[in-house]
Amino acid sequence: MSDLHRLSVSELVGGLRARRFSSVELTRAYLERIDRHQGTLNAFISVTREQALREAEAADAALAAGGGGALTGVPIAHKDLFCTRGVRTSCGSRMLDNFVSPYDATVVAKLRGAGAVMLGKTNMDEFAMGSSNETSYYGVVRNPWNTALVPGGSSGGSAAAVAARLTPGATATDTGGSIRQPAALCGITGMKPTYGRVSRYGMVAFASSLDQGGVLSASAADAALLLREMAGFDANDSTSVDREVPDYVAQLTQPLAGLKLGLLKEFFDKGLDAENERRVREALALYEKLGARLTEVSLPYLPLSVPVYYVVAPAECSSNLARYDGVRFGHRCENPRDLLDLYRRSRGEGFGAEVKRRVMTGTYVLSAGYYDAYYLKAQRVRSLINQDFIRAFKDVDVLIGPTTPTPAFEIGAKTSDPITMYLNDIYTIGANLAGLPAISVPCGFVRDLPVGLQIVGPHFSEARVLAVAHALQRETDWHTRIPQGYA
Amino acid sequence: MYDFALVFSLRHAQRESPMALTREQLASIAALARLELSAAEIPVYQHSLSSILEFIGALDAVDTHGVAPMAHPLPGLAQRLRPDVVTESDRHEDYQENAAQVAAGLYLVPRVIE
Repeated sequence: MSDLHRLSVSELVGGLRARRFSSVELTRAYLERIDRHQGTLNAFISVTREQALREAEAADAALAAGGGGALTGVPIAHKDLFCTRGVRTSCGSRMLDNFVSPYDATVVAKLRGAGAVMLGKTNMDEFAMGSSNETSYYGVVRNPWNTALVPGGSSGGSAAAVAARLTPGATATDTGGSIRQPAALCGITGMKPTYGRVSRYGMVAFASSLDQGGVLSASAADAALLLREMAGFDANDSTSVDREVPDYVAQLTQPLAGLKLGLLKEFFDKGLDAENERRVREALALYEKLGARLTEVSLPYLPLSVPVYYVVAPAECSSNLARYDGVRFGHRCENPRDLLDLYRRSRGEGFGAEVKRRVMTGTYVLSAGYYDAYYLKAQRVRSLINQDFIRAFKDVDVLIGPTTPTPAFEIGAKTSDPITMYLNDIYTIGANLAGLPAISVPCGFVRDLPVGLQIVGPHFSEARVLAVAHALQRETDWHTRIPQGYA
Repeated sequence: MYDFALVFSLRHAQRESPMALTREQLASIAALARLELSAAEIPVYQHSLSSILEFIGALDAVDTHGVAPMAHPLPGLAQRLRPDVVTESDRHEDYQENAAQVAAGLYLVPRVIE
């Protein structure tokens, strides 16, 4: 069985249940692929080989006994900001290089409970702050479509691993686009659920009013299967919403006829690469053929989402990252003179450049005399952006447009100017500010590189968003393309 | 490549930003954030924070009169509270395995009171 890595998650579940292959066989096949490509892609921070094989053996035993859950024996990888008991959880930072979590994140526990086998922890931008996976303490991740290019970020390791089929699926998080942007740049599917849909317990915090866990996978059908197991109420997360999780898999094939798709006018601006726009418009034409109705909608405040984000996210980050004090866990400097020296040097040494930049930006906008001018002002504009979305969803069922302005760019091309880097997330940040579910699916190629189509829905409309994505994937094969050298 | 970015980089090349932070201001932000910066790092952050402040300064032009600030991404929802009762078991030894210095169940820091 040399082509197990081409099977979908549901095919893997079926194959394991029918005993066509064992979980140990499958896990070994993926571990071998990781071994072969890790040197080039650097998609993983930790590979948990022995644990994976032990979990696979247990899965095989459960299946042999006629038991098992929805994902029993299926390998997955976790972004290295989901806490994993007994396994280093680094968040891509020197600060947490020595941190072995004493507990499991709820997402990790739920997926393990469903029978999934953990292959390892994936690389990411430090503390999820970045759009190119170049800020990781563990080095850049390379895009499997062209290793001179970035995979996007911050979930770049998870995205590159899924694109190269080093894992059938991976967890990820999205604060300003960190699931959807790397999905687009790596030619895979990335789903960010509604704020509160997936528990954030055990997810290392970056910006608490924006962070949301989700999934990267080859297809929307795989995403539905994984999200069904990850989502749900958790008393350990005070922002978790107590609301039933629909059967996303059963609802994948809901018909598109009569569905109203709103074209996000503001996204088709001068910044959008002309070829990229063509691919998106081809996908829209296909939706019309399938019976959906297209209307153009305008969200006039949406272009302000990047400046709003770069007030709110750094402000929340500076508060959240205050916990790294060199005392209880994380990096501690050598021979501190006094307590202040301990704090300042531990943090100065433990954090990388982008994290320091955001902590200081946040400190400034929250400092006395500036709070009203920056933070409160940004939260008011955020309300206006949110009202734009609410108004739009009175007329349309989902909003649709490109995920990114361009395909993947070269490693190093945007590292010198933070604003240029921040503008990569210009189309994705809106959904985070308003807490909306959104997905990116591959919709074709530009200069041999994949590009993404973004679908944004009202709160808790994951089933609809996944179904709209799935409809495209029934008609196209972009999501089945595997980069050369990884087929 | 992206329009916006081009505009901003040109503006910076042409003139000093009106939001430019002085070396002293940057040092005081770093002190508030409890971050030790090297002498070489200070001008780098002076430059990049100044351009970020100019960038987010675009919000000044927006009329937000009478608009309530958004405090929670889900309209109408607030964070849940739970009864104030102990729900955790004592695992301090597990937790303290990640600490650099511990003695008798306590975290050690440099002497604070002489």
